[in-house]
Amino acid sequence: MENKIAAHVRDIPRSGIRDFFEIVQSMHDVISLGIGEPDFVTPWHIREAALFSLEKGRTGYTSNLGLPKLREAIASYVSRKFHLDYDAGSEVLVSVGVSEAIDIALRALLNPGDEVLYHEPCYVSYNPSVTLAHGKAVSVPAHGKHNFQLRAEELEKRITPRSKVLLLNFPTNPTGATMPREALAPIAELCVKHDLIVLSDEIYAELTYDGAEHVSIATLPGMRERTVFLHGLSKGWAMTGFRIGYACAPAPLIEAMMKIHQYAILCAPTMTQDAAVEALEHGDAAVAHMREKYELRRNYIVSALNDMGIPCPTPRGAFYVFADIRPTGLGSREFSLRLLEEHKVAVVPGPAFGADGEGFVRCSYATSLEQIKIAMERMAKFVASQKS
Amino acid sequence: METLIRLLQQDANASREDLARQLNLTVEEVNARIASLEKDGVIRGYQAIVDRERLDKNTVTAFIEVRITPERGGGFDRIAERIARFDQVVSCYLISGGYDLLVVVQGGSLREVASFVSEKLSTIESVISTATHFRLKSYKENGALLTAETPGDRLSVSP
Repeated sequence: MENKIAAHVRDIPRSGIRDFFEIVQSMHDVISLGIGEPDFVTPWHIREAALFSLEKGRTGYTSNLGLPKLREAIASYVSRKFHLDYDAGSEVLVSVGVSEAIDIALRALLNPGDEVLYHEPCYVSYNPSVTLAHGKAVSVPAHGKHNFQLRAEELEKRITPRSKVLLLNFPTNPTGATMPREALAPIAELCVKHDLIVLSDEIYAELTYDGAEHVSIATLPGMRERTVFLHGLSKGWAMTGFRIGYACAPAPLIEAMMKIHQYAILCAPTMTQDAAVEALEHGDAAVAHMREKYELRRNYIVSALNDMGIPCPTPRGAFYVFADIRPTGLGSREFSLRLLEEHKVAVVPGPAFGADGEGFVRCSYATSLEQIKIAMERMAKFVASQKS
Repeated sequence: METLIRLLQQDANASREDLARQLNLTVEEVNARIASLEKDGVIRGYQAIVDRERLDKNTVTAFIEVRITPERGGGFDRIAERIARFDQVVSCYLISGGYDLLVVVQGGSLREVASFVSEKLSTIESVISTATHFRLKSYKENGALLTAETPGDRLSVSP
């Protein structure tokens, strides 16, 4: 059967995270800091809205673009929070998570061989999504010494005449990196200069800390017309299982994405779209509550890591710490495997997020403070045993 | 300060070290802030949240609506404070609407609560009437759900 699989699918390597997941699954009593989704259950008022939707018998398809009421709620939320104005009728598409929106945006934009630039370490799906859309993925390293921000000089070196798209994700999974306006400005200038389309995955936009305000690259001069603003309810509202994402972009691009979406997906589930309306219109307090919890846990985990001799600058977004484990003298994979086997704590080896992740491990603090405390105690023992 | 109060409201038992790490403060700073909250009377005490059902089926809680005649000069305060001083009274609120005071009373048995109402509450001169509602079951106490939700199974490692 192997030879029947399409070459560009067959050649995609197995995800490093899946390998690790299977080892963790086979063990008992593991505390996992390897989880990339909120530990909170979706706030009750949002779950209740989904129940109410079912009770009313709202079980049919919606418009391909998504419920008009949800698109209105999205346009209004995006305007209120990010100062970006989109027409709910023609510039907003509701997708099955941001992952689907990235897939259909890439498929709508790429001709075979077109190049897509993305910063690494990054979310695991970007590179394969580009490959599946017959594009060429070109990684741009984002270094720890620059707090994992994307630097214009690194980007410019990799721009070629085939470069068409820049894929951004700030705040970043796995590093927690954020980009303030002044850091985004030179990137935006390059995009205008080289006529790049930007896919900006801002799924962690609500989760920024120390008072840092999230800035979308689409708000910079000349960027709205070349940016696909991608967001969703999974992280900020703890709604991963609801599978609601959305794309906001100029109408011709939304129209092209809709062509793919309507044949592949038809529409996002109706009852979770109804729940998403409730989340966007009345969810601010619940989001603020969870955001505060993450910030307190982040403070805890950063302080504990630094105390055990794992240097760790304070990340200002998402719910990940990308910890530099090189002082232990171990590689990422060995560190993670031994921490798991000897002390039953799961973290994700950095190279799962791209080659530049070697020497780091991703610790998620989307888990209870009690669990984080135990995990840090165990990890401190492990690190101390490496030094003696 | 607000965050510290919230953390203590969720878990007054949290260690000072854990609080300090979360708040980016030193343990001494946390101690000083708590001491000043206590001194200023913002924090009035620390209590356990108890699920009575698990502890003792015989404990009785009653919510008593009390209508009273306000006094010239003192309004409701003097009489409300008089009622609130009884040990049996757990909480006492002045309420808008059809009655004046909501008094929460706890006792070891129905009879005990009933006799408190008939002998102590109703006999106060300015009390016009009382209506007693007994608690049948608790679903939430002080923000803590007593019917625990089983958390969904998250994948143990995910991207």
